[in-house]
Amino acid sequence: MNVHPETERIELRLLLEAIYLKYGYDFRNYSMAHLKRRAEYRLSLSGLASISQLQHAVLHDEKMFLIFLQDLSINVSEMFRDPPFYKALRNEILPMLGTYPSFKIWHAGCSAGQEVYSMAILLHEAGMRERGQIYATDFNRAILEQAREAAFPLAQLKDYTTKYQQAGGENSFADYYAADDERALLCSFLKERIFFSEHNLVTDGVFGEMHLIVCRNVLIYFDRELQDRVVGLFVDSLCPGGFLCLGSKESLKFSRHAEKFEVVREKEKIYRKRRDA
Amino acid sequence: MKRAFKAVVVGVSSGGLEALKILVPGLRKDLSVPVLIVQHLSPQADSYLALRLDEVSGLKVKEAEDKEFLQAGVAYVAPPDYHLLVEPDGSLSLSVDPKVNFSRPSVDVLFETASDAFGAALIGVVLTGANQDGAKGLARIKRRGGLAVVQSPESALADAMPRAALESTNVDHVLPLREIAPFLNNLLIGPSHANTD
Repeated sequence: MNVHPETERIELRLLLEAIYLKYGYDFRNYSMAHLKRRAEYRLSLSGLASISQLQHAVLHDEKMFLIFLQDLSINVSEMFRDPPFYKALRNEILPMLGTYPSFKIWHAGCSAGQEVYSMAILLHEAGMRERGQIYATDFNRAILEQAREAAFPLAQLKDYTTKYQQAGGENSFADYYAADDERALLCSFLKERIFFSEHNLVTDGVFGEMHLIVCRNVLIYFDRELQDRVVGLFVDSLCPGGFLCLGSKESLKFSRHAEKFEVVREKEKIYRKRRDA
Repeated sequence: MKRAFKAVVVGVSSGGLEALKILVPGLRKDLSVPVLIVQHLSPQADSYLALRLDEVSGLKVKEAEDKEFLQAGVAYVAPPDYHLLVEPDGSLSLSVDPKVNFSRPSVDVLFETASDAFGAALIGVVLTGANQDGAKGLARIKRRGGLAVVQSPESALADAMPRAALESTNVDHVLPLREIAPFLNNLLIGPSHANTD
């Protein structure tokens, strides 16, 4: 079938509107090209012929909606993804965070928790774990359950170990997990002081008085308008002098809120909220 | 009559650095459209490819940034480990979605989203590579009325990717690598008079 692109865009908009009206999840300001690909993926698996048919299915069958909701959730993550970023966190940001008697960290869009546990390991090695509170949020309830479990496929361990070392890790990464036949289970002490909870960056509000927000490779899925809204949410959630960490190809360059931050590490995308912002 | 094209997308894999060093410097800097390039690279690769190509090309070459708007006469290279997508409004998006054809960035992802954005006004170019990426995307470009160009397998360092593209659809032009830039210049700007810079 050869549907005109403009017709497909209309179908896609109607699908997003339907999801919003019926279920309250708002994807209307997500990257259209991304959404279209996810919809096509679902069409190819479920034998539906058009986005309009998917809309019908999603409206009339909540199970279909939940399936499509998982399709729209980005769950590609790694521990110590972009090692230079974690090295900069370890060497430059944590010492500054350590000057506070207690501190709060928010991982927004935390997926299955790989980056949250990477942070927990850094705090542990810096001797700062007891003073910190980590809030890890995602809109996807199922992925939060996985995050709480802290179990990862054995196949990923080699990559995680390499990245841990590249990020300046001095212990043996094997100290942090116990492996069974299929999975590596992270040590439960790493879970202490982590709160997992549902939070939707698109529709939910401020998370107060954070000293550090980590939100990496989430903003790229939003259009500029929604990026602005979410960065605004971060501005309001950070205490003065608080840090914001984005993905390696994300930046505040195009953001309405750019002037409220100073750049701490250009390449690692670490920003600091100005005291007067 | 000259067809009104709005963009060129290029997909290339193994043998790509050598191929791009011939293709991109061969393009004229007054090219009336943007050029988008997916080259398969190691996820750990640095962003040197765009810099290197920029040094040797008249055309401005840069790494694609999330949410930037396409400009005529600029070549955008997908960053390592990110898919590059074209939005309907002519801006770019990056994503870390799962690999497609074992690749991130994937040629199919760029070609399919660019085809959605530009329809018949798109030129797809598949160059050397040892996999199947780009075949599906080129077929969509053709289905939407765009123009499909493939490097002749004999002139490719790795011929699997051009061959897969040729099998996927009715390709318009099969050209040796060295003729692709002059062909695009001619198609997009017109016949060159004397030697251009």
